[in-house]
Order: sequence, then structure tokens, then C-alpha cells
Amino acid sequence: MRCIAIIPAYNEVASVADVVASLRQNAPGFDALVVDDGSTDATTAVARAAGARVIRHPFNLGIGGAVQSGYRFALENDYDIAVQIDGDGQHDTRHLAEFVEFLRRNPHIDMVTGSRFLDDAADGYRSSASRRIGIRIFSKVLSAITRRKVTDPTSGFRMTTRRGIALFANDYPHDYPEVEAVLMVHAHRLEGAELPVRMRARTGGASSIGSTQSVYYMIKVLLAIFVGLFRARPTPEPGQPAPVSAEQAL
Amino acid sequence: MSMQLKIQLVSIVVTAGLFGVIFELLRRKRLMERYALLWLFASAVLLALAVWRGLLETIAAAIGIYYAPSALFVIAFGFILVLLLHFSLVISRLADQNKVLAQRLGLLQQRLDELEGAEAPAVAESARREDPTTVVSSR
Repeated sequence: MRCIAIIPAYNEVASVADVVASLRQNAPGFDALVVDDGSTDATTAVARAAGARVIRHPFNLGIGGAVQSGYRFALENDYDIAVQIDGDGQHDTRHLAEFVEFLRRNPHIDMVTGSRFLDDAADGYRSSASRRIGIRIFSKVLSAITRRKVTDPTSGFRMTTRRGIALFANDYPHDYPEVEAVLMVHAHRLEGAELPVRMRARTGGASSIGSTQSVYYMIKVLLAIFVGLFRARPTPEPGQPAPVSAEQAL
Repeated sequence: MSMQLKIQLVSIVVTAGLFGVIFELLRRKRLMERYALLWLFASAVLLALAVWRGLLETIAAAIGIYYAPSALFVIAFGFILVLLLHFSLVISRLADQNKVLAQRLGLLQQRLDELEGAEAPAVAESARREDPTTVVSSR
């Protein structure tokens, strides 16, 4: 089974090497692919030196574009499993083995997301108070739409199978993709699930979302969710759980 | 010269000038036909209404505008809205195509780098095996 870790990084020179190293240590079965989204620092060089493959964008496309490049690569190089790991060191690579095992035991699940809020006993980084309000709103909305419990809709710590890779390689939301991606997965009738994880506060660099942008983020994503409800859905086969957009013609 | 005639003359000169500029840009291939069509149509309609007073007055009366030349501005404003929306559509498409191109460039560059010198990841691999202390512990 071929596994790949997609690590989007924009000016993450301080942390990307640690992420790649911890991946090699904790999940040696995963190929590391860093997507340098037009960094102005030495992210590419550092990631290469750490032993990762690097896709470098000529200019900054935003997190959605960076992650999609990774899924494109995974699709074209015939990977079975792809996991997204932030380049800032928030995501603990020790969880990857659990994710793989979970997908292996539940073949009907196509995407598993690491949730900070699933396990109440777990501590670790849970974002600032103001952002948690936003997260709770998205969580309520998405849970209502997808009719499964979505506790951490903004988590970018996700592992997908081939069907998920194909879907995201062909169509991925632009600016703030995580919430919309959950909806997309549901719309294409893939099954998603969550596993509890612990996250750390970022080790270096700056978040892609500043606090002043949070309101814009909320409104933009809510608009995307609302408009998404009016999009044509792929028609399900009678009796079947339904195809990924008529088997990836999208 | 009455006010009405003055404003009609101004309207004719402005709209004719607009039409002329657009036509000239098109002739010099500075403007693609695809984007010129809407412009040409808008300026042609405005010019026709500026010249043909009777039609403008009929339209003005029909939509409840007492001063006929105002109807010209209303119609022009409508065209401007349509044109702006058209530009937003074009920009959205360009931005999407731009993204796909940048991604493809990155993927091709990666492949080229790997074909030209496969050493980069391999070197790191062997270095790691020789010296296990370089592995950074995960916090």
C-alpha cells in the first residue's frame, strides 16, 4: 500500500524540517511531499534537505491550491492513501498509524479527520476562544447537513483513500478549504469519520488566518456552505451508496 | 440652442467617441472580439438612443422618467453593471486557470528535478541511516 503525506508549507522554514523528520520517525511508510506554496524563505531547500519531495509553486496560491497540488501528485503517482499534515508542526504524526488502521478496519470510510474536540479528556492545543466560537457554529451547521457528528470542521489533519484523493485532485475549495471539503465529501457521498487527536500550538511561522480575517473567514465559508447546498448533486445509483460524482467525471 | 438639443449633442459626441475608440481598439487587435462584443453592443445602443430622440422619449415615458436624457444614463448604468459582472466572471476563470497552471508547473518542476538528480531525497535517506541522532524527536 502506497501512502503519502501532503505537507503544505508557506514560509515555514522554522518548522518544516521537524515535521518531515517526525513523519520519517513515526510513520516511515509515508512518503513526505512538501508543497512549497511560493515561499520567500528557504522552505524548499530545508524540506529537500530533510528528505522530502518538494512541489514548489511559482507564486502563492493559498492553502487550498497547495493541498490540491499534493492530491494531484498522489493521484498521478498512484497512491492508495494520502494524509494532510500542516507544515507548522500542529499535527502529531504519531496518530497516522491509528488513522491507517481505522481506514483498514472500516473500508466504507473514505476520509478520517483528526479532531481536537472529540475526546473531552484530551488536552493539547484547541485554538483561541474567539475561533472556537466559529468552529462551534461550523460544527453545528455541518453536523446538521451531513447528519453525522462533525466536531472539528476546521481541522486540516485528514487522511483519505483513493476515492478521496481522486475527488480532491479534481476539485478542491479555494481559500479556506477545510469546512467546504467536509461538505464536498458529503455531497459526493463519501463517508467521513473523526478520530480524537491532540494538536500542538504551532512551532514557528505565522498562521494563514490572522485574527482580523476571522470574521471574513466566517462569512465567506458560511456563504460557500449555503451556495453549496444549491449545487447539483451526483445522482446515486439505485440501492448503492453512490458514486464519487459519477466515478470521477466530476 | 435649447437645453434639450445641447444635451443631445453632447450625448451623441460622447457615445460616438466611445464607439469609435472601441472600434479602433478592435481594429488594432488591442481588444479581443470576445470582450469587445458587449462593449460594441452597449455603445451602439447608446449612440442609437442619443440620435433617435423619439425612441429615447418613448422608453423614458414607459419606465416613468420625466426627463428623457436621464433615461440614457439609466440605460448606460445598466450596461456598466453588466460589463462589471462580465469582468468578474472573466477574472474568476482566469484565476482558476492560473491556479491550475501554477500547480502543473510545480508538479512538472518536481518531476524534472527528480529526473535530473535523484540524489536529493536519497542523500537525506542515507544520512539519516548513518546518524540516528539527527532524528528530531516529536514534541
